[in-house]
Amino acid sequence: MTAPPATATQGAPARLLRRILLQGRYESLTMLRNGEQLILAAVLPLLALVGLTVTPFLDGFGASRINVAVPGILALCAMSTAFTGQGIATGFDRRYGVLRFLSTTPLGREGLIAGKVLAVLAVLCLQVAVVALVALPLGWQPPASGWLPGLTLLALGAVAFTALGLLVAGTVRPEATLAITNLLWILLGALGGIVIPAERLPALAQGAVHYLPSGALGEAMREAFLHGSLNGGAALILLLWTVLAGAAAIRWFKWN
Amino acid sequence: MLRVVNGVSLMAERGQVTALLGANGAGKTTTIECAQGLQKRSGGSISLLGQDPGRAGAELRSRVGVMLQDGGLPPSARPIPLLRHIAGMYARPRSVDDLVGRLGIDTFARATVRRLSGGQKQRLALAAALIGNPEVLFLDEPSAGLDPQSRQLVFELISELRAAGMGIILTTHLMDDAQRLADYVYIIDAGRNVAEGTVSQLLQRDPVVEAGTDHVRTLVFEAPPGLDFTGVLPDAIAVSETRAGSYVASGALTPRDLASLTAWWAAHDVMPGSMSLAARSLEDVFLDISGKDIR
Repeated sequence: MTAPPATATQGAPARLLRRILLQGRYESLTMLRNGEQLILAAVLPLLALVGLTVTPFLDGFGASRINVAVPGILALCAMSTAFTGQGIATGFDRRYGVLRFLSTTPLGREGLIAGKVLAVLAVLCLQVAVVALVALPLGWQPPASGWLPGLTLLALGAVAFTALGLLVAGTVRPEATLAITNLLWILLGALGGIVIPAERLPALAQGAVHYLPSGALGEAMREAFLHGSLNGGAALILLLWTVLAGAAAIRWFKWN
Repeated sequence: MLRVVNGVSLMAERGQVTALLGANGAGKTTTIECAQGLQKRSGGSISLLGQDPGRAGAELRSRVGVMLQDGGLPPSARPIPLLRHIAGMYARPRSVDDLVGRLGIDTFARATVRRLSGGQKQRLALAAALIGNPEVLFLDEPSAGLDPQSRQLVFELISELRAAGMGIILTTHLMDDAQRLADYVYIIDAGRNVAEGTVSQLLQRDPVVEAGTDHVRTLVFEAPPGLDFTGVLPDAIAVSETRAGSYVASGALTPRDLASLTAWWAAHDVMPGSMSLAARSLEDVFLDISGKDIR
């Protein structure tokens, strides 16, 4: 076909920012309307929070159990939404051809991924608010200087886990994505250094846990919300996971 | 590397419906997905509105509407919010309300996509493809799953869009769709195009009769079983009894042949229970070209 003269009525894209914001809003609402996602994103982390405040697992790491528990729970929230939640949603979107269809609209593949990251960050903001609303009455006292490094690294962790979730969702069948991301959520949640510090884990696991995204995010969050400082090593490991998982997802993600 | 399509060359014009016709697995979807930029091609060249669809940006994508064979709509979405969301991706979308009314989507607006029938999903997918007001529309098996009313509705809309100057490229394995809708047809078989032309050009293409003579026609009639028509019609026109009492004569039938046949009936006191005479269909042409073997 030859290019036609431009007319006032022919199709034209909305602005890039508008397209990404729209997709982010759409994906956020879809996540929030999904009951299973809500259990994963809010109910299970809050149950874990309560569990950790009534058991002695975290004794000896800070002034109170709640102060040690909340940073890990925030990290768990990021993993729930970005890795398991977004991974499963993307896997099934791929199965149903939703990714292919949206990539033919002006949103395109890049806009779709940006929208997904935006949705993860938006839902994570709500999770932080809910966890804080529950934890503050229970006696959580985060240092004021911890919020900036804490939230920054939480966002970085969410991006790293989104890249990992998309890598799984884009390379295996959705049923396998469901199994892998749920299993890893349990394994990393219990033994990945995310809510229970590496020092409390079996000696064999301690060395490796620091290099896992879960361990790095858990440590970074505890450093920020217990001591008000930035854990540079953990930040570097999270950045590395983001770059590696992002590059792998770009390389191997199958849209069909 | 798997070569699904190797030797397809086609061109689609504005204001025309161009059909890619072929059996399941012939390479139709692969061909149009390459043209849409959804699949990377290993060779050849494609120009869509003067641009390479493999490198399509938002500007090109906004001028092209795509209806995928599997719909590509999220199962948990409800039709109207979904259409409004997709409309938001465009600077000058069509009116969602107009499309919803036109395609009868308001009758199932409260259901989620996963609860829609095949035909309802097809209508919604068509609305989603049209919402951006495209200049080019790709339809992959547009009438799959449609009931007769929906099919009529969709066909009328396609005809209107063509009249408004839209370039429409559709794939189908339903010959009737192509015969009713297409201005130009490409027949794809085993990854290459084996014939092309307008529907009437393809119907004149005949393995038996030389160009310039009459079209092939098929005469079907019901008569007592076991009749022998040897010598009644020219040798080129075989009369076969396809099942007891049902006869088919196919070939370049002339008025003289019909007179011979009816004279024979009169001489033998045979009154057919029914009879029909039809021109060759696109399906006959397709089967002639691509063979009758199941792939």
